[in-house]
Amino acid sequence: MFDQLLQFIISGITVGSVYALVGLGFTIIYNASDVVNFAQGEFVMIGAMSAIFLYGAGIPYPLALAAAVAITVVVGLMLEKFAVEPAKNASVVTTIIITIGASIFLRGAALLVWGKDIYGLPPFTKDVPISIGSATLLPQNIYVMLGTAVAVLLVRYFFDRTMTGKAIMACSCNRRAASLVGINVNRMLLIAYGVSALLGAVAGILVTPITYTSYDAGVMLGLKGFCAAILGGMGNSMGAVAGGLLLGIIESLGAGIISSGYKDAIAFVVILGVLFFRPGGLLGRADSERV
Amino acid sequence: MRRLGGLYILAFLFVITGLMFPDSYYVTVVGVTIFTNAVLAVSLNLLMGYAGQISLGHAAFFGLGAYSSAILTSRYGVNPWLAMLAGLALSGTVSWVLARPILKLKGHYLAMATLGMGIIIHIFFVQADWLTGGPDGLSGIPGITVFGWPVNTDLRWYWVFGVLMLFCIWVSLNIVDSRPGRALAAVHGSEVAAQMTGVDTASVKAQIFVVSALLASVAGSLFAHQQAFVSPESFSFFFSIELVTMVVLGGLASTFGAVFGAVLLSLLPEFLLVFEDFEVLIYGAILMAIMIFLPDGLFVTTSRLITERLRGGEAS
Repeated sequence: MFDQLLQFIISGITVGSVYALVGLGFTIIYNASDVVNFAQGEFVMIGAMSAIFLYGAGIPYPLALAAAVAITVVVGLMLEKFAVEPAKNASVVTTIIITIGASIFLRGAALLVWGKDIYGLPPFTKDVPISIGSATLLPQNIYVMLGTAVAVLLVRYFFDRTMTGKAIMACSCNRRAASLVGINVNRMLLIAYGVSALLGAVAGILVTPITYTSYDAGVMLGLKGFCAAILGGMGNSMGAVAGGLLLGIIESLGAGIISSGYKDAIAFVVILGVLFFRPGGLLGRADSERV
Repeated sequence: MRRLGGLYILAFLFVITGLMFPDSYYVTVVGVTIFTNAVLAVSLNLLMGYAGQISLGHAAFFGLGAYSSAILTSRYGVNPWLAMLAGLALSGTVSWVLARPILKLKGHYLAMATLGMGIIIHIFFVQADWLTGGPDGLSGIPGITVFGWPVNTDLRWYWVFGVLMLFCIWVSLNIVDSRPGRALAAVHGSEVAAQMTGVDTASVKAQIFVVSALLASVAGSLFAHQQAFVSPESFSFFFSIELVTMVVLGGLASTFGAVFGAVLLSLLPEFLLVFEDFEVLIYGAILMAIMIFLPDGLFVTTSRLITERLRGGEAS
């Protein structure tokens, strides 16, 4: 029983790492531009799919991965430039529909380019399972966790220690004040989308050797990332990471113990429960409204 | 007359079209789709447009109605009208129980909660195959009879759904102009201000949530009988999004805007069919373009332009 539990937790943390990265990407964009980007999951899909096809075209593995990340970042920048920036003063509903439109568009493009098949990536290094008791851990599981940890730390460093990161934070506090002190707000928004797309691509590349991917894999991932961000309290970046890991573990335990068919439903039941009893998210503060 | 004028014009167009083109594919087949979507969009608009509460899970109530009717009539031989009532009871209960905790939330949290609700119900449709037939759906749903008049042709379904749509629009117009409607408008403007003037905002919001769920449920029941088949696909997250898009496309807080949005988005796939593989891509692009360039919606923007033009004409 204990070994089984351990196995569930291992796979939970692996999946949760992806949710954490997607949730983190969500939060970065939300903080910078007040937009909930429903196309976030598509970044994961595009990163993974580009890597698969570049590698399949004979490009050396590490180079293929790097190029895939670059492609995704370009997609993220274009999303900001052509879809979000022109609709600057739009309402919440409008921006939600715009990003959903973008996600449908990207999915349609992926369908055209790559078709409906399911693809996988080879693991980064040889697949020798490591056993802990009777639970097993693949080296790729470790890469996912390590990769996520590194990405999260780098993002923290970026926002806490670099001038650009601080400038983006300033935009999230007050865009007009930021522009008055000489921050190029549009450029900061662009960077935020780039960073967010980068995180999505990294998540996709890390996890695809384990979970495989297809043109429509982004939808659920995006929604789960949104769940993670809400669980942690919208706008709280480390909260989103914690929320993502938590969501992954709960889901994996639920799928193992209750029923795997209801795996996705469990995540949303948890979310509804949290929202009903703690409307500000687990780590969020109850906010007061200015009248 | 002025308040219901639009309704009369629409009713007139509906009858004329049905009489003049009884054999046209666009009237009978696409027409029914348009009317179904219009009912759903108008009911969603009550919640989104007038009360200002976003819902990304409206398709769930459509599905609850459809599955209630489908299961009760095809498996247990229940009278379709009783089955519809059962569907109403189910949707009413679910919406009533969820209304207060969900509508307490705001902005993105509300979006997340309604989205979650829709997805949970959809997953239930897919997974509970002992009851719902699972991903393959349920077939063999009998037709209905309205006062001894069997609804057995496409054209007859056109009349049934059209009448339902007109009824729905009538309900919507009347609610908007009633005391609860003004309370809703107040909630939309500012919830705190509405509370200060004595509006019980929580209960007003809950009531409109239930009304909109009930209308969607009726549409679902009829949809199940008309299609003679239901599967979870028709009630997915994407359909909820499509409904939201119809409402926003027409322009929020405009009943006829919602109808207009429903007409447009129901026709769009028909025209996009020619693009085959590019269909999804173009659909996404159109969605983005409309929202970027006409954030107030097509119907509201155009009708404002026309009014201004007319006013300008009078002045000169």
